[in-house]
Amino acid sequence: MCLGIPGEVMALTERDGLPFATVRFGGVLRDVCLACQPDVVLGDFVLVHVGLAIAKINREQAERAWQVLQEIGQTAEVAPDEAVPEEVAPANTRTEPFT
Amino acid sequence: MKYLEEYRDPEVAAGLTREIARTVTRPWVLMEVCGGQTHAIVRYGIDQMLPPEVELVHGPGCPVCVTALETIDRAHAIAARPNVIFASFGDMLRVPGSHSDLLSLRGRGADVRIVYSPLDAVAIARSNPDKQVVFLGIGFETTAPANAMALVQAKRLGVRNFSMLLSHVLVPPAIAAIVEAPDNRVQAFLGPGHVCAVVGTREYDALAARYRVPIVVTGFEPIDLLEGILMVVRQLEAGRAEVENQYARTVARDGNRAAKDLIAQVFEVTDRKWRGIGAIADSGYRINEEYRAHDAEHLFDVDDIRTAESSACMSGLVLRGLKKPCDCPAFGTACTPRTPLGATMVSAEGACAAYFQYGRRAKQEKTDVL
Repeated sequence: MCLGIPGEVMALTERDGLPFATVRFGGVLRDVCLACQPDVVLGDFVLVHVGLAIAKINREQAERAWQVLQEIGQTAEVAPDEAVPEEVAPANTRTEPFT
Repeated sequence: MKYLEEYRDPEVAAGLTREIARTVTRPWVLMEVCGGQTHAIVRYGIDQMLPPEVELVHGPGCPVCVTALETIDRAHAIAARPNVIFASFGDMLRVPGSHSDLLSLRGRGADVRIVYSPLDAVAIARSNPDKQVVFLGIGFETTAPANAMALVQAKRLGVRNFSMLLSHVLVPPAIAAIVEAPDNRVQAFLGPGHVCAVVGTREYDALAARYRVPIVVTGFEPIDLLEGILMVVRQLEAGRAEVENQYARTVARDGNRAAKDLIAQVFEVTDRKWRGIGAIADSGYRINEEYRAHDAEHLFDVDDIRTAESSACMSGLVLRGLKKPCDCPAFGTACTPRTPLGATMVSAEGACAAYFQYGRRAKQEKTDVL
């Protein structure tokens, strides 16, 4: 929640009049609202706070940030639906590749 | 070299650490505000790599931790109602209220759902027109635009069965409260990079000037943190108190204008009570008059809240940087992530959780790991 999660824009869509994208976070696809980053194009990397893209970043920054976020257990918010956090986020030494 | 080999750039990290040691001449106390930064610091042992003069204390930047107990209890009272679907970020499910937590309420039949985004809660409301869908909108400036967007959409689309129980908190008033406290030890701050990606860095200028504290807006990766610490120490040693931006690759001076416009459209500044800290003037957002039809605080009459905080939990002292988690007698014994006495032990951004997760079970003296 404190930290934005980096993801890759896989498809541009629209939902109820708002610009949306399908964004890939590791192996998980999420719908992300682009209302605050309307110029995003396919293949861009974005920093996303709870479903809203806040900043554009580059691939290298995204990969690096993803790795650190995994290592400090801060990627749970984009985990598959209804995964109740087990205690605190797991001590993650196993990192899932960003791409 | 206990930790350095884990960094992608071990030589850069070692160089920064050496430069910090070369620069520092006397003791300084620095606070990192953001809970994500706390987890990175503890995970990579950054606090233990620093020269003994530089002490890092952990700040209140864990939204789950500082959400007022009254709000948590109110959320539980609403979630327990029969005609309600209660939606929340997953982090909040295990947070202890006075009597229960959302996960236990779900076990007893309440319809509690985890959502990734507040906009997903609006979608749930549209699919369940015969239910009241209430979203627990918490967080710092980082989640405020998404929460505002959900309210804008609910109003625009006429989703009358959607409301939000809002408990937003703001970083700058918390920094002011920390430095104004008579027992304050903090002399400089690592500012929260992702909060500033939303709101920019301008509003920190007045804080740095008024309280004569350096504030360096910093990222959360190990090299970012070490660089931010070096920039802060350089300011302290030179007697400067300015706002600097270590995280310029993501943080623009004005932040994200569209996100700030959303916040201004839906929220207004209000006094807010912080769990473990107390009331801080003008330290939060509430839903403004125009969106009041979607404000759960006004829609649900749950005024008979009687809070009961654990007497053993010292999370308030931890959140203000006055104690470290392992100073608490309950830490790791009566209080663990499975049996949390306070929210700082349960949240993925809480300082107590970071210390527990990364094995800081007993008070550790700084060791020279370089």
